[in-house]
Amino acid sequence: MPHRTFLAFIWPSLLAMILFIAVPIVSVGYQSLYVEHPQVMTEVESCGPFGCKAELRVDADAMRTLRAESPAGRYNGFSTYANASHLAFRNIGEIWRQSDSLGQFASLVMNLPFYKALVFTIAYTFIVTPLVIVLGFFIAVAVNAIPSAYKGPVIFFSLLPMIVTPLIGALVLFWMIDARGVIGATLQQIVGDPQLSLKASPALTWATLFVYGVWHNAPFSFVVFYAGLQTVPRDTLESAMVDGASRWERIRYVTIPYLMPLATFIALMQLMDNFRVFEPIIGFSAAANATSLSYLIYSDLRSGDFPLYGSAAASSMLTILGVVILLTPVLIRTWRDFKRKA
Amino acid sequence: MTDRVRSRPLPLAALSVGFVLIWLFLAAFPFLWTMWGSLKVEADFFSRTDWMNAITGPKTIQQTGAAFTGDGYRGAWIEQGFWKAVVNTGIVTAAVVTISLTVGTLGGYALARSGYRYTFWLLIAALIFRAMPHVTLVSGYLLPFFELNIWGFLPTTIVVLVAINQPFTLWMLHSFFLTIPKDLDESALVDGCTRFQAFRLVVIPVMWPGVVTTGLFSFLLAYNDFAVTSMLLSQENQTMVPKIASFLGSTQQEGKVMYAVAAAVSAMAPLFVLVMVFQRQIVSGLTAGAVKG
Repeated sequence: MPHRTFLAFIWPSLLAMILFIAVPIVSVGYQSLYVEHPQVMTEVESCGPFGCKAELRVDADAMRTLRAESPAGRYNGFSTYANASHLAFRNIGEIWRQSDSLGQFASLVMNLPFYKALVFTIAYTFIVTPLVIVLGFFIAVAVNAIPSAYKGPVIFFSLLPMIVTPLIGALVLFWMIDARGVIGATLQQIVGDPQLSLKASPALTWATLFVYGVWHNAPFSFVVFYAGLQTVPRDTLESAMVDGASRWERIRYVTIPYLMPLATFIALMQLMDNFRVFEPIIGFSAAANATSLSYLIYSDLRSGDFPLYGSAAASSMLTILGVVILLTPVLIRTWRDFKRKA
Repeated sequence: MTDRVRSRPLPLAALSVGFVLIWLFLAAFPFLWTMWGSLKVEADFFSRTDWMNAITGPKTIQQTGAAFTGDGYRGAWIEQGFWKAVVNTGIVTAAVVTISLTVGTLGGYALARSGYRYTFWLLIAALIFRAMPHVTLVSGYLLPFFELNIWGFLPTTIVVLVAINQPFTLWMLHSFFLTIPKDLDESALVDGCTRFQAFRLVVIPVMWPGVVTTGLFSFLLAYNDFAVTSMLLSQENQTMVPKIASFLGSTQQEGKVMYAVAAAVSAMAPLFVLVMVFQRQIVSGLTAGAVKG
C-alpha cells in the first residue's frame, strides 16, 4: 500500500490519538512546571455594629484577571515534583535522620501521600497479577473437564465479574462487606468480634481491595487459558501418557509450557490494567487507608473550588514514568524480535 | 484413546466439579444477592439482626405490605432523575461505538495491509497509549477544555472516549484484518476497484464478526468508564456510572442507600443481556490478541 493511501486511511484515527492522547501528555508535562497563583490579598475596611477594622481578603477580581492572563498559573520549575505531596525529598531526608530503625523509616515514609499511593499501587499490581494468572489457570482446567452441556452457562456466570462496570462491581461487594451486609455480618459471627469492620484497618482494606482485584480480573485470564486449552496438541498429551507421565506431569510438562506465551500476554495486560487501579478505591470508599496513583490525581483535580492542576500534572508525569518503566521489558523484547525479523 | 486423555478418577473429577461450583458461587452470588436485595427496604438489605432478613424481607412486608417493593427504583429513576443519566449513557455509548468502529476499521485496515516499517512503530505507540492511565489524560484535558469552553458537554466526552478507545480498537481490528487473505482485496483492485471501494465492498462484508466483537469492547469501555465521564461531564449531563457515584455522597446520609442499590442494579442489567447474547464474541475477542501475539 503506497504511503499516500495509508495516510488517507489512517489519518482520522491518528489525529484522534495525537490530539487526545499525545498532546494531553505534553500538556500535562507543561502544566506540571506551573503552580496555582498565590492569592492576591487586599485590605478591606469592614464595618460592623462595633466599628470598622481593616481586614485582609482575597481579591476575587484580581485573581480572575490573573487566571485569565495565565491560566496554567505561575512558573514553578520542578518544585512541585519535589514538594511534600510528591517526591518529598526534604521530608525523606528529615525522616532518615530522625528514625532509628529501617522499620520506623518505612512507616514514616508511608505517611507521605505520594509514597503511600505508590506503595499501594505497586503492591496491588504485583500481588493481584500473579494471583489472577494462577486462579484463572485452575478455573480453566476445571471448567475444561466438565460436560460440555454445562460449559455455556458456566462461562456466562464466570464472565460477569469482569464485564460489570468496575465501580458497580466494587459497590456490590462493598455493600455486602458492610457490618450490616451479609459477608460483613457473617465474618463478625465467625471471628466472634461484633466490632470487626473490614473498612477500619489499613491491612484489612488492602486485603479487601486485593480480593476485589483478583475477583474482577480472574475471568479474563480464565477465558484466555480456556481458549488456549482447546488447542493443546492431543498427540503430545497421548504420547506423554504412553511414556507413563502422570496426570500432574502431563499438566506440568505439556500443558503449562504450551500455555506459557498466553501467560505472558495476560501478565502484560494485567500489569497495565492493575497499575491504573482507581475505581475500587472510590467504590470501597477506601481512600483513608489505601490510595493509588490514579486516585491521587483524581483527588487533586476534585479538590476545593479550583482544581490543583500543577499538583495533578506532576503526579500524572510520575505515573506515566511508572508506566514506561513497567513497559520497558516488553518494549525491549518486541524491539529485539522486530530486529531479528528485519 | 481420546477418552483416556479426558478420563479422570472419581476423586479428581469431584474435586474439579467442586472447584467450578465454588467459583460460580463467588462470581454470580454477589450480583444475584444485590438484585434480590434491591427489591427490599434498607432495613432488610442491611439487616442488623439476621442476614436471612434480606431474603425473606420481614421489614419490607411491615413497611410496604408486600414482599417486594419498587421504592428504590422509583426513588432513583424518578425522584433523583436517574432516567436522564440512562438517556445520556445511551447517547454516549451509541456515538462512541459508531465513531470508533468507523475510524478504527479504516485505520486497522491500513495497518494490516501496509508492509512498511512504520506500521510496527504505530502499533507500539498504540500499545503505550493503551497503557496510559485515563486519569492522567483527564488531568491534561481539564484546563484546555475550560479555556475553550467545551467542558461538560456530551460531544466532548464522546470524542475523548473515541480517542482513548482507538489504541485498543486499532490493535484488535488490525489482528482481525490480518486473518482476511490479501488476495481478496488485491483481486478487487485488479478488477478496477479503488482502495476504498475494495475496503468498503469486498473486505468489510467478510469482516462483520470482527467488527461486532470490537464494537462490543468499545461499548464496554464507554459504558463502564468512570474516570473520563466523572471529570468531563457537568452535573446535568452525567451518565449512569458517575451518577451512581454521586448518589453515594448525597444519599448515604439520608438513608437512601437503596436508591444507589437500585440504580446499580439498573446499570448492571443491560450488561447481563449483552453477555448472554454475545458470549461467543466476547470470548473470541478476549483471545484475539493472545492467539495472534
